Order: sequence, then C-alpha cells, then structure tokens
Amino acid sequence: MIKDLGWKVGGAQGEGIDSTGEIIALSLFRLGYYVSTYRHFMSLIKGGHTNYKVRVTSELTNHHGDALHMMFAFDQESINHNFHELVNGSILVYDTAIKNAEAPEKDGVNVCAIPLTDLAKEAGSPIMKNMVSVGVTAAAIGLTPDDFRSVVVDRFGSKGDEIVESNMAAMRKGYDYYNENFNHRLELPDRPEVKEERLFISGNEATSLGALAAGCRLLAQYPITPATEVMYQLIKQFPKMGGAFIQAEDEIAAVMMAIGGNYAGVRTMTATSGPGFSLMMEALGLSGISETPLVIIDVQRAGPSTGLPTKTEQSDVFAILYGSHGEIPRIVLTPRNVEECFYYTMEAFNLAEKYQCPVIVATDLYMGMNKQTVSSIDFDKFSINRGKLISDEELAELEKGAFKRFDVSVEDGISYRSIPGQKNGRFVAMGNESDEVGVEMEEPVLRTLQMDKRARKLANFNDNAGFDYAGAANAELLLVDFGSTGGLQYEVFKALEAEGVSVGHLTISRIAPFPMELAGYLKAAKKILVSELNSTAMLATLLKQQVGEHAKYESCLKYSGDPFLFEEVYAKAKEVADSLKKEVTL
Amino acid sequence: MATLVDFRAEKPNWCPGCGDFTVLAALQKAAVNLGLEPENMVTVSGVGCSGKISQYMGGYGFHSLHGRSLPVATAVKTANKDLTVVAAGGDGDGYGIGMGHFLHAVRRNVDITYIVMDNHIYGLTTGQTSPTTDKGMKTKTSPTGATEEPVHPLQMAIMAGAGFVAQGFSGNLKQLTELIEKGMQHKGFSLINVYSPCVTFNKVNTYDFYKEHLVNVDEDASYDRTDRFAAIKKIEETNENLVGVIYENTDRLAFHEAISTFPEVPIAKNDLQISREDWNKVAAQFK
Ligand SMILES: Cc1ncc(C[n+]2csc(CCOP(=O)(O)OP(=O)(O)O)c2C)c(N)n1
Ligand code: SF4
Ligand SMILES: [Mg+2]
Repeated sequence: MIKDLGWKVGGAQGEGIDSTGEIIALSLFRLGYYVSTYRHFMSLIKGGHTNYKVRVTSELTNHHGDALHMMFAFDQESINHNFHELVNGSILVYDTAIKNAEAPEKDGVNVCAIPLTDLAKEAGSPIMKNMVSVGVTAAAIGLTPDDFRSVVVDRFGSKGDEIVESNMAAMRKGYDYYNENFNHRLELPDRPEVKEERLFISGNEATSLGALAAGCRLLAQYPITPATEVMYQLIKQFPKMGGAFIQAEDEIAAVMMAIGGNYAGVRTMTATSGPGFSLMMEALGLSGISETPLVIIDVQRAGPSTGLPTKTEQSDVFAILYGSHGEIPRIVLTPRNVEECFYYTMEAFNLAEKYQCPVIVATDLYMGMNKQTVSSIDFDKFSINRGKLISDEELAELEKGAFKRFDVSVEDGISYRSIPGQKNGRFVAMGNESDEVGVEMEEPVLRTLQMDKRARKLANFNDNAGFDYAGAANAELLLVDFGSTGGLQYEVFKALEAEGVSVGHLTISRIAPFPMELAGYLKAAKKILVSELNSTAMLATLLKQQVGEHAKYESCLKYSGDPFLFEEVYAKAKEVADSLKKEVTL
Repeated sequence: MATLVDFRAEKPNWCPGCGDFTVLAALQKAAVNLGLEPENMVTVSGVGCSGKISQYMGGYGFHSLHGRSLPVATAVKTANKDLTVVAAGGDGDGYGIGMGHFLHAVRRNVDITYIVMDNHIYGLTTGQTSPTTDKGMKTKTSPTGATEEPVHPLQMAIMAGAGFVAQGFSGNLKQLTELIEKGMQHKGFSLINVYSPCVTFNKVNTYDFYKEHLVNVDEDASYDRTDRFAAIKKIEETNENLVGVIYENTDRLAFHEAISTFPEVPIAKNDLQISREDWNKVAAQFK
C-alpha cells in the first residue's frame, strides 16, 4: 500500500473551506509532493457541509485515498461527518468556537481543541481561521509557515503586503499554539525528487488546456456543474489566441453552435454534463449524418434528471454510446485521469476532423473538479491534423460544381471536406439523407451506400489502443474499469499483486469504437471484476455484449454519489480472489 | 461578378404557387445585387417546406434540424465574420420549436439575416396549427378553430432589441428583394418575416387575402421607422398586415463588434498552433 498522509478541512459552504484546502495542497505540491484532492460539496452556495481532502504521497496517485490523518473541523457537522475516517495516530482539530463541541471517543485519535477563531481574531480577523489552521498543520507535519509563504503571496499579494503579512501572522499563531500545547506529530511521506515539471491541475482545467493545445478556438457552452469550469480557461486564453466564446441559451443551442463552428472551419467544442447531454442527442445524429466534426465533453455527474448535481457517477455510458435516433459512427473516449483529460481532449479534435463524426470525451465530476499533481503535460504530443480538407487548388481543378462532399466511392468512407469561403466547394450539410453533393433523397440504393460509407469510417480504427493492461499475461483475476476508476483500481491491483494474487488490471480508455483487442484478456481470465460507478453495471454489460464470457463477471458497483474508496474495491477484489482460491482447493 | 445562375442550385420542389419560390428568387437577386460571391455566402435552414431553401440556394448551405437554424448560423458567422450568413425557415421552425433561439439571437445581435417564411401553418407535416395561425382558423389539429393567441414576431423582435425588422410578401418580389438586401446590409441581426402563402394547406392567408389587406409602410413618407413605439403602434393598428421596413436602429454593435476582445482576423483563418512561450505562460498558472 502506498504510504500517504491524508488531511482534510470541513465546515459550512461559504466558509473558505476550498481555499484552505488549496493552500495546503498547492504548498505541498510546490514542495515536491504528489497530491490528490477531493472536494465534497453540495448544490448550494451558502450553508451545507463541505470538505476538502488532500492526500500527500511520494508517487503519483489518481485517488484521494481512504485514510485520514489530520482533520480540521470548523463546525460540529464536520466532526460528525468525517470522524469515522480518522485512523490510528491521527489528529482531530476542532475550533473552540463551536458551541458544545462533541467528539466521539476513539482510541488513537488525538483530539485537539484549538481556538482557531480566537487566534485569527488576535491576528486581525476571524476569517483568518483558515490560515491559523494552515499554521497548525505546518507544526503537526514538521513544516514551517515559510513553506506556505509562496502560496500566500500568490493568493493575497494583489491585496497588498499588509494582507500577506497578517495572513502569515495568523499562520504563525496557529503554528506556535500547536507547538506550545501539543506534541503529537505526523509523518509526511518521503519528499520525492522533482525531476520534471509538474502541474497542479483539475481534470476540467486539463480538458480546456487540451482543447486550447488542439487549436479549439470557439467554445459554445451553457453552464452546468460539473462542466462549468471547462469554460473558464478558454474564456481567459481565447483573446490572446484569436478565439471566441458564446454562452449559449441552452445545450441544444450549444451543440448546434459547436456543429456550426466546425462546419465553418473552426475547431469548436461544447462541454456539459448529463442533463445537457440529454438535450444534445438530436444534434449528435446531425453531426453524424452531415459528417460534421464535433467534440463534446461530458463531465458525468450522478443522474438521472437533475440527480445529484455535485456528485460523481459513470452512468451516462449508454446515453453516450447509443444516444440519438438512427445509426451514426461515433468515437467515445474515457480518460482515466487528469493528465488524460488533457491528452484525450487534444486527440479528440484530430479524430473529429479525421473521421468527420462526433467525438465524445466522457470524464466525470470526480476527476473533473478535483486538482492533483500531474507530470508535466506535453502540449506537442499530438500535432494538429485536420484530416481530409480539400485545398483551393484542388477545387479549382475540378469542373464547376463537380465537388462531391459526400462521395460514396471513397474506400475508407472519409470524403474530402470543403469549408465555406472556398471557391467551387459548394455543398449542403444535411440532416436529411442526401446525395453526394447535399440534396436530400430517399433513393434506396444510394441511401444504403451512404449508410455504408459512414459506417466504413471507423471500421479499421486504430488511432489509439483504447486500453492498458498491467499484470501477468494469464492472470486469473482480471480487474476491469474505465474512466476515473482506473487510478483507484490500479492501486488495488498493486496491493493484490504484492500479496501474490494472480491479478491483472485492464483499464479502458475508449468504449467506441470498441477496442476488440482487449478480448484476449477477458478470455484468459478466470474471473472478471468490473468496478464502475453506476447501478446497472453498464461497462460489464458492454463487455458481455462485445466479448462474451458471461459466466465470469463480478461487479463492484457504487451509486451513492461518492467516488469509490480503496477499501470497497479492495474488499470485493479480495473476495473474488479468495473464491478463486477455494475453487482450486475444492 | 456573380450572376443569378451562380446562386441557383437544385431545382425547387415546392408546390406550384408556393410563396417560397418568391422568397428564394428574392434571396438570389439580393445576393447578386449586393455583389456577393456564392462561396462567401452560407444559407442555414431549419426543417419544413421552407427549410429546403438551403438546398435550392447557391453558395454553401446547411439544412440543419427543425428549429435550430439560428444557433448554427450564429456559430458560422462567429467562426468566420467574412461570410454573409442567412438563416431561413418556417413559422413553426422559428416561432414554435425554435422560439427560444429566436429571442436569444435577437438579443445577441449576431450579424445575420433571418428570413421566416410565415405561412401560418405547418406545411411539411401537412397542415397543422402553427404558432402564427390566426385565432379561429380551422386546421387538422384545430378542427373547431385555433384558440391560442398567435405569436407576434415583429413586436417580439422589436421589444427584444432587434436593429432591423421588416416584413415582406411573396406577392411582391421587388419589394422583398429590397428588404432582404437591406437586411443583409444591416450590421447586426435582421428579421425579415415573409407572408409566404401555403397554397396547399392554408386557404385563409392567401395571396388575395394579403393583396387586399397589406399596408406598405415603405410608401408612407410620414412613417418613422426609427421610433420603436411608433413601429409597435403601426403593427397593432394594421393587425400585423403591413409590409416594408418596420423598424430600424443602427446604434447597436453586432455581436462580434461588441466584444472588445473579439479577434480581428476571422477565427477560421487563425493559426491553430500555440507557441512554446505562450504555452509556458498558460501552464505557469498551475504551478
Ligand atoms: C424535432 C422535430 N420535431 C418534429 C419534426 C416534424 N416537422 C418537420 S417540419 C415541421 C413543421 C413545419 O412547419 P414550418 O416550420 O412552419 O415550415 P413550413 O413547412 O410551413 O415551411 C414539423 C413539425 C421534426 N422534423 N423534428
Ligand atoms: S405544402 Fe405549402 S408550404 Fe409546402 S411547398 Fe406546398 S405550398 Fe409550399
Ligand atoms: Mg409554416
């Protein structure tokens, strides 16, 4: 098991919980540690319990960890809500400003009542109780207030030196108070050597940077948690990069704008979550039949309907795979971590233009809204490839009106695309079935040819592998996942492997077109455990449909809105591994 | 210089006598008169008999979804401001299923021209009540007469901030051509609602009906089309049976002009590659 330190702050929404968590996480990141974070919050602006978890490790992880070693509670609810996570040797700090605070008795939990608010008042303002907490943290984990200074300067520098210094003073108050009154210390994992540049970034931010690097210069979006943040970086960077943003009136408009922008030659995308994705279904078909490139980011959240707007799930699978009437080619990528949010978004634009069809990048709230350390992102990894765009010269050589946008004779199904503004490149993009230029028709033979043409486009897709495998070639127990569950399951896999279990880890990053090359792993395994955040085992259903091996499946499912804990998946995997052992001894 | 032939594409397939023929002819003439080249013009349409206009019009076309021409047209113009973009469709398309987009396109003031072929009926689906069907008119879905208040697109557009609102009639090609030309020249969103009779499914709002009732404000020297309240008054007085440029206001900046950071170069002509220097600046925010 990975050595880590789990830290958390909890309080009421609007109390600066996120900023406290971020100061801790970013400072530790800057010191060279790997951090993974998780924000628990509700669909409210003020009030309601919120907390921010930081997991500190010396190696890369994509999971916020189960263990809690230090907890700050700004209110009673935070104690009630999180106490059970505290491990042996941990510290619970609560603010003495909480009236009649009550902490349960538990062996091994050091309860520290500290006047966080009062110390903050002494430093100048009660709102600086978060900085007092940072100081207490520094003392407990063997760091000094100066280790946090750079982040404080970045956050408050624009408000003047005085504000920076009063925040530092508050931090020192907490630091001194802890040192004077308590002697329990926590151990940080070894500080890793920083060999490459790293970023502290969320999946949504990585997604927008991926779009930027891919040359996306038009974004049409309607706000929705947890996809809203995808907008902000692009809105910020577009003026410098020659792009523009349209806040659409709804998601139908947003996706139609994304189609219109691509048609006009601009790499355009839209981002949304389940409710918005449902509204985009008719347009998905339009992109497919009109062969207009389209990139949609679906940051999944817990459904159905409004569901749990601030909680995570992987339950849009079938909507993404099959949504929209009729049949179209589509590509669905499921990045498994923050870094892949960048790369898959970047690649999505190349794929959309190469195959002239919709590409859906399915992330989720869990990795979308939480920041973590990633190794430096290579913005040059994919060179921009715009696919089959016909040139002005080629069009000039054609007889007038001879350009066939939807030429059915192309072997790979991908016909050349012209862009409005190009002479002699006229065509009509159509929602109706059309002839080769863009005139609607219902002629059976040509209709069949057009359907076949579009279907051919993805028949030999091999642009990316679509999955990764770790473990022995003929592992008995195969752990399978997709999307953000991959990071956690990898840890489970490592733990089981270390225990000598015959285990493999198959983590899927593309569900359409289905990467059939993975079938061998399913066939070789004795048991297949699919862990996914939905209630109907959608990924397992897909695997059964595509590969078979129906008798081998076990599922680890969760649909409470919270991400998996390590322990949940580990326990299930262990149970299945044990059942295999029994089979052998029988 | 392009001629009418350059703006002709497929031979139209409307019923003989359908008002939409005139709309197509007017659009083609307007494009020629304005000296446009077909490759620089995009006609985006919704779905309906009227929506087929994008297939019949020369230049680039996009026959999109029912009610969704405006978001597509909005993005096409935003992506390449050098293009002349026309959105077109029916009354059901624009004022029924696409009503939300209509009002927001007006507000956004994207520099496009929106032509609505308003026949007060659902043509393509063979004669159901439309949002502009007159009260009392019997249709397949209102056998005892329509009861709902019709939408009032001209008033709505004016009140929502449109800078150019005109109404034309398929019985008057010359005037309709002028209206479309003016709309296309207007910098910002322009609405041209056209009474375009459906000879097959609407036996009330016929050519004769309009010839008898329409008042032409373009011929009224005393009419002040820059006064929005006068415009509303005139629309109400004539019971919406008027043609001409009803309201004009050139003060508002178009969407791409109003955004101070909007790129100078059409976005579609931009270099997509980011320099390492720029990238480092972007990445520095996350360290
Ligand atoms: C989402 C959706 N709903 C319904 C339809 C069916 N439909 C096609 S055209 C139309 C109405 C056409 O009326 P209008 O927009 O006034 O155009 P017209 O045919 O009169 O020119 C309808 C309801 C459709 N194509 N798509
Ligand atoms: S049904 Fe009406 S609107 Fe449609 S083509 Fe015929 S006349 Fe025109
Ligand atoms: Mg109609």
